[in-house]
Amino acid sequence: MNKNKEQLLNKRYKAEQRFRLYGQSAIFMALLFLTIFIFKIFSTGYSAFQKTWLIVPVTFDAELMMLEQNPSKEDIQDADYYDIALKSMADLDPNANEDQENELKRMVSYFFEKEIKNELLNDPSLIGKTKEVYLTASDDLDQVFKGNYPRDLPEDQRRVSDYQLKIFDQLVANGKVESKFNISFFTNADSREAELAGIASSFMGSIFSILVCLMIAFPVAVLAAIYLEEFAPKNRFTDFIEVNINNLAAVPSIVFGLLGLGVLLAIFQLPRSTPLVGGITLSLMTLPTIIIAARASLKAVPPSIREAALAMGASRMQTTMHHTVPLSMPGTLSGTIIGLAQALGETAPLILIGMVAFVNTIPGSPMDPAASLPVQIYIWAESAERGFVEKVSACIMVLLGFLITMNLFAQIIRHKFEKKWS
Amino acid sequence: MIKIKAKDVDVFYGKKQALFNISLDIEENQVTALIGPSGCGKSTFLRCLNRMNDVIDICSVKGEILINDFNINDKGCDVVRLREKIGMVFQKPNPFPKTLYENVSYGPTIHGIAQSKQEMDEIVETSLKKAALWEEVKDRLHEPGTGLSGGQQQRLCIARAISVRPEVILMDEPCSALDPIATAQIEELIDELKKEHTIIIVTHSMAQAARVSQNTGFFHLGQLIEHGSTDKIFKNPDNKKTQDYITGRFG
Repeated sequence: MNKNKEQLLNKRYKAEQRFRLYGQSAIFMALLFLTIFIFKIFSTGYSAFQKTWLIVPVTFDAELMMLEQNPSKEDIQDADYYDIALKSMADLDPNANEDQENELKRMVSYFFEKEIKNELLNDPSLIGKTKEVYLTASDDLDQVFKGNYPRDLPEDQRRVSDYQLKIFDQLVANGKVESKFNISFFTNADSREAELAGIASSFMGSIFSILVCLMIAFPVAVLAAIYLEEFAPKNRFTDFIEVNINNLAAVPSIVFGLLGLGVLLAIFQLPRSTPLVGGITLSLMTLPTIIIAARASLKAVPPSIREAALAMGASRMQTTMHHTVPLSMPGTLSGTIIGLAQALGETAPLILIGMVAFVNTIPGSPMDPAASLPVQIYIWAESAERGFVEKVSACIMVLLGFLITMNLFAQIIRHKFEKKWS
Repeated sequence: MIKIKAKDVDVFYGKKQALFNISLDIEENQVTALIGPSGCGKSTFLRCLNRMNDVIDICSVKGEILINDFNINDKGCDVVRLREKIGMVFQKPNPFPKTLYENVSYGPTIHGIAQSKQEMDEIVETSLKKAALWEEVKDRLHEPGTGLSGGQQQRLCIARAISVRPEVILMDEPCSALDPIATAQIEELIDELKKEHTIIIVTHSMAQAARVSQNTGFFHLGQLIEHGSTDKIFKNPDNKKTQDYITGRFG
């Protein structure tokens, strides 16, 4: 009998140990996946924050630019830079034939003409002189310099020719290639050229969408939750509403996208591809999440507090506004943040309302066309150029940073509130 | 003087009847104790007196309850004003999760009793003094009320209840969550408060009823079996059930 008991006890201890092991391995697995994911994103993405520049001597020849003596600011603005730009690149190899000159031109971004123009606008005294100008390298050479480009492929399978590589290597050997922090990734809108593409448009688009979403979803959801929880009679009709709010939370996001397309764009004729429409669509999606969170946190306020206030002669409205709602705010806010974070990462509904369009301007208001960060990731991930691979990861890093900042902010607010109320 | 007159009060929770034909007179400036076993309806009856049963959707109250000859179950009765006149202290101390000062000043604020900050300070001070809490908390009025001990919290709730100078104070087992020392303090306080307020206390402890009350009503299964002066109920009850309950044969 005693031995039996001992065995049983041992068995129980062993079972507990096994259970602990399972739990620990589950956590280990989760952490492992997270680490792999983050490592992958960072190792592919970090190079996008660097940009490669070619340092090319440019001779600001007044004749080639069709400039007269003592030109005014407008003259410099309107001057023709194409020829000197072309000439500067061609001069890299004095023996180049016409085809090779073309290849030389393609070593920098198509934007190089403007870069040269800006140089002169900054310092008009350069006319007639020669200066070494930083020109953005083409995305392929950018990748070559970063070591991401398979140089050993046969020439006809690469977008960079042997000739370009030869000149590039010469430049590298002469110290005429430099890598600098990629400011344009944060200040430029999207572009077809990987070396010029940036997240400014999608970042602003995301911020505007989230703001619109917050401004619509939060007040509506909180009012709905307060009414349902504190004022509405409990009957079949309110039960029906409650069930349907829960159903709404489970509706796939693409359905909301169709709703946005069919109602907001087709019927109300709101401007296509704008954060306004995106935000409204996302707010429909976020609404049930916030309602459910707000109701749960209202429910969590002990009834004794309501009774205390009512017994003091507070009206229902006063009881709700003075006691219940403030006490439920931390929970409501965290639910809101979770809902907004979901909305921030949402892609499908935005694609349907046209926020997937190629937008190369930075939106100044929710009424301007824009992309959003997750959609930008989608657009770039679809692009063929090698230069976009690192951009995708970099964009994911920005999105994750955005989310982490939001959550941190929510935590801080929550912490402050909770301290005050407990 | 009779302060509250209940006539044929029936209470239903949905279809279930919880109180049957209760008629009871409550004397002014005295302590009336309601005793009886669990689930006998004494708390339900207490909650009829400030219409706290309104909060429960399925609860309906029939009959007349006259306070100062005014039927509070009338449609014309304003619950907010009624509850200003009839304060309540609950079983579990339930201070607001706010500062001590805010707890006591809440009633006067919503009812517009104090005209100035100074007047409010006075109300808070006198209420806390009457609740015998002032000396213990006067230096930390702006700390949260939830940081007090259980007994102190309950006295804070009493201070909160008397801050609007109610005519009647309802107490629903105010000492059941407290230790004997805190209980003794509250009982002493009840004795003091009856000079200015009419007090109705629901209690599980017969000893407590005997100590603090002048009148006692005995409830059993939703019926008021017997009521009268505490002396009589405890020493010489008319009803056999009362006798049995008081001597501890059931309950």
